[in-house]
Amino acid sequence: MEAASLPAALELAAGGGAGLSPEKRAVLGASLLLLQRDYRFERVWFWGCIRGVRGAYYIAEGLGPDRAAPRSRLYSLNCVEWSLLPPVTEEMVAQAEQLKGRFQGDPSFEYEYTEINAEDAERLFEDGKEPMIKEESRLVATIEQIDKAVGIIPRGAFVKTPLGSVRENRNFEGLSLTEAKKLSSYFHFTEPVNLKNKTLLEKADLDPSTDFLDSLEHDIPQGSWTVQLEKGGTVVVLRSLLWLGLTFYHVPMTKQYGYVYFGTGEKNLDLPFML
Amino acid sequence: MYQSSALGLDPYQTQEPESAYQTYAAGQDPYQAYQHGHGPYQPHEPGYGLYQPGYSPYDDQIPDPKSRMLAIQNAKAYLLKSSTTSGLNLYDHLANMLTKILDEQPANAVDIIENISKDVKWAQFQKKMDTLRDEHEILPTFEAAEKHKALFLRANGEGDEELEEEIGETPLPNVMETAFYFEQAGIGLSKDEFYHIFLALKKLISVQPIQTCRFWGKILGLEMNYIIAEVQYHEGEEEEETEEEEVIEEGGKGMGEVEDEDEKKEDEPPKSTYKPPPVIPKEENGTGANKYVYFVCNEPGKPWVKLPPVTPAQIVCARKIKKFFTGRLDAPVVSFPPFPGNEANYLRAQIARISAGTQISPIGFYQFAEEEGDEEEEEGGGRDTYEENPDFQPLSVAEMVGSLSAWVHHGQSILNQGRCVWLNPFQKSEEEEEEDEEEEKAEEPNELQQEIGPPLLTPLSEDEGIQNIPAWTAEASTNLIPQYAVAILQSNRWPGAYAFASGRKFDNIYFGWGHKYSPENHIPALPPPVQAEYPSGPEIAETRDPTLEEELAFKAAREEALAAAEEEEDEEDVDEDEEDEDDD
Repeated sequence: MEAASLPAALELAAGGGAGLSPEKRAVLGASLLLLQRDYRFERVWFWGCIRGVRGAYYIAEGLGPDRAAPRSRLYSLNCVEWSLLPPVTEEMVAQAEQLKGRFQGDPSFEYEYTEINAEDAERLFEDGKEPMIKEESRLVATIEQIDKAVGIIPRGAFVKTPLGSVRENRNFEGLSLTEAKKLSSYFHFTEPVNLKNKTLLEKADLDPSTDFLDSLEHDIPQGSWTVQLEKGGTVVVLRSLLWLGLTFYHVPMTKQYGYVYFGTGEKNLDLPFML
Repeated sequence: MYQSSALGLDPYQTQEPESAYQTYAAGQDPYQAYQHGHGPYQPHEPGYGLYQPGYSPYDDQIPDPKSRMLAIQNAKAYLLKSSTTSGLNLYDHLANMLTKILDEQPANAVDIIENISKDVKWAQFQKKMDTLRDEHEILPTFEAAEKHKALFLRANGEGDEELEEEIGETPLPNVMETAFYFEQAGIGLSKDEFYHIFLALKKLISVQPIQTCRFWGKILGLEMNYIIAEVQYHEGEEEEETEEEEVIEEGGKGMGEVEDEDEKKEDEPPKSTYKPPPVIPKEENGTGANKYVYFVCNEPGKPWVKLPPVTPAQIVCARKIKKFFTGRLDAPVVSFPPFPGNEANYLRAQIARISAGTQISPIGFYQFAEEEGDEEEEEGGGRDTYEENPDFQPLSVAEMVGSLSAWVHHGQSILNQGRCVWLNPFQKSEEEEEEDEEEEKAEEPNELQQEIGPPLLTPLSEDEGIQNIPAWTAEASTNLIPQYAVAILQSNRWPGAYAFASGRKFDNIYFGWGHKYSPENHIPALPPPVQAEYPSGPEIAETRDPTLEEELAFKAAREEALAAAEEEEDEEDVDEDEEDEDDD
C-alpha cells in the first residue's frame, strides 16, 4: 500500500485481524518519507510484516520511475531503522523454497540444510560454500515469491507506455461494483506468463496499454482467492489462500487500492486439501 | 488575429499540413506563409521541394480570397458531418474536448489527449440515458447500510427503568476496551467493526437469557466470515434442546453369530459380525468442552445463530481434517474421514479446540473453588471449575512477558478421546461408572487406558513447542514507553490466538482461519487397508466345478450301482416268493 495513504488503508485492510499498533503507524509516517528522500524512490510502498518466532520484520518497497522494474526492498525490526535487502537471485529463491518452518526473527540467523540431494551437496561443496542460508536471503526470497504469486492490482490502474515502462494510470477512477467482484478485473503485478497463451480472439479484445498482465481468473488452484465485500459492501477485500495473510482492498469507484501482507511468511501447501 | 511568433520557431506552423487552410488559420497571406517558417529547406532536409514559397501544391487551386471563405465553409461542413455509426460529429467533439481541457487544465494534457477524448465520448452516452428516466440504482451497499443503522437505533419502548438496569451489572463485555489493548499490539479489526460488534452483542444479550458474554473472535471464511460470541446462560434457564437419541452400543448379542446359521437358512445372506466401536457420549452442557455456548453471525447486524454442542466424535474427526470455512453454516464438510456433521459442527469443533488450547490468564487470577468433598479431587483427573481470586495481585508487565509460567490455561484441555473428562465407553450405566472409577477399572478386559490430560490452571511453561518453536511468543506492546506497555502473547500452535494482560485486565481473542499450525504438510488419512480374505486351508479350498462329462460319468456310475443293488433285491425277493410258494 502507498505510504501516503497508510492510515486509511490500514483501516480498510484490517478485516483479517492484523494491523499495526499506533506506535508503528506514527513512526511509519515519518520513516517512510525519510526512506523516500534517502534512496530517491519515486514511490514507497509499505509491503507488510512477516512475524517471526522472536520478532517481526516490517518490509517496505521502493519503486522507481518504471513501476514494473525490480523493486528495492528494505526491512526493519522496529519501523525506525531500515536496512536494504540484497537483490534477489533465482538461487536464493530455490534455496528458500526448501526451507520449512517459521522465520526466527533474527536477520543473521543461519538455517542448516536438512535435506539436500547428493547433487546439490556436491555442487555446493565444490564452490566452497557451506549449505547454510541466512535468514535475510530467505526473507527477500519469500517477499519476491509473494509479490510474484499474489501481488495484485486492479485492471486499469497501471498503463504501459509505448516505451515499455509502466506507470500509474491517471485516468483510473476505480472499478465499478460489478467489476470489482470479478476475479478477471485484477492482475498479477509481475511478468505475465499466460498472456501469450491466449487465443487470438481473446487478444483482440485486449487493450495493450492496460491489459498487459495476467489476470487472476486462471490461477491454479481455482478458488485460491476469496472475494468479499466488507464494511457493508463498500470495500472489496481479496484474500489469498495460497499465502495466508495477504490482503488486497479496493474501494469501488475510487482510486483507493493496495495490498499488504501480515503473516508468517509460509506458503500454504495444504491448499488443495482445504478447499 | 492569431500572430505567430516572430522567432520563426513556431512548431505548430511547421508541423501542420501545408495547405491553404493552415495559412488562413494563421491569418496570413499564402504568399507570406513562409516568412516566419523554417526558411528555405536545404536539399537534405525532408521539407525540401515541397514547401517552397509560392509553390505549395494548393497554391494554384485557390487563388482568390472569396474562395478562401468557401474553403473554410467546406472544411467546417466536413467537420460537422455526423458519423454514420455514432451520430456524433467531429466538430462538436473537438469543441467539447477543448472545453473540457480548458476547464480542467490537466497537467501534460497532450499525453492523455486520447483518454480525454474517450471520456468525452463516454460522457455523451451517459447523459442521454439520464434524460430518459431516473436511474435509482439500488446497490446492495444500501441494504447493508440499513442493517448497520438499525444497530444504532435504540429499541422501542425502553423506559428509564431499563436504562438503570443497563448501567448496573451487565453481561455485556467492554469490547472497545479490549479493542484498545489489542490495538496496542497491532492486533484487531478496525474501530468501526469493533463498535458494530459491540452493538450486535448488546442485541444478543437483550434477546437471550445470558449470564456472561465475551467476544471470542472472528474466523475468516471463503464467502463470508464468522463473528463469534462466547456466552454462558443463567443457571437453569438454558433451553432444552431436542436431543437426538444417543446410539447406545449394539453389543447386546453374543460374541459372535454361529456360522452354522447361514447353512441352515440358505435364503438369508450371512449376518455381519461387525460391531461398531461404541459411540462416546458428548459432555453435558455446561461442562468440559461444552462449557460455553457459542453464537455466530456473519456480519454485525445479521441475526445471531446458536451453534450446537460439540460431540467427541466431531472433535476427533476435526483433528484429522483441515478445511476452510465457507461462511454458510449449513454447508457440508466434504472430507476424509467423513466429518459427522456440517459446517456448523465443524466450526464448533474448531472453536472448542482453539478454546481448549489458547484460553489463558495471568497466574493467580483464577483459583480453584473450595469444594466440600475431597474425594472428588481424584475423579477423572482434576477439577473443572474455577472462580475469580479476590486477592489477585497482578504481576508487572516485564514479568508477564519474561516468563511463560506467569500465565495459566483456564480452558480445559481436550483428551484424545474428544472429551475433557475421560469416559470409559464400555460401562453399562453411569452408576457403575462411578464405582468402577474408584476401583481403577481392574475388572473388565478394557483395552482403553484412562487418558489424563494436563490439569486445569497449568502454567504455559508446560506447553510443548513444535519442533524448535516455543508454543507462545511473548512481547511487550512497546519498548519506548515501558510504564504503560501491555504484555501480549501470540500462540504459535494456533496462529491467530492472542492474549493480553495489563494490570488487572486481561483477555483472549482469536482472529484467523481456524486451523492449527503444523510445520509439516497436512497428510490426509489414508483409507483403511483392504480387508483380508479367509486364509486358505484344506477344508475351504476352492475346488474346480466338475465339467459336464464328469457329471454324466458320475451319474452313469451311480445308476449302475443302483441298478446292481436293485437286481440283488429283486433276486432276494424272488427267492423269498419261491420259498413261500414251495411251502404251500
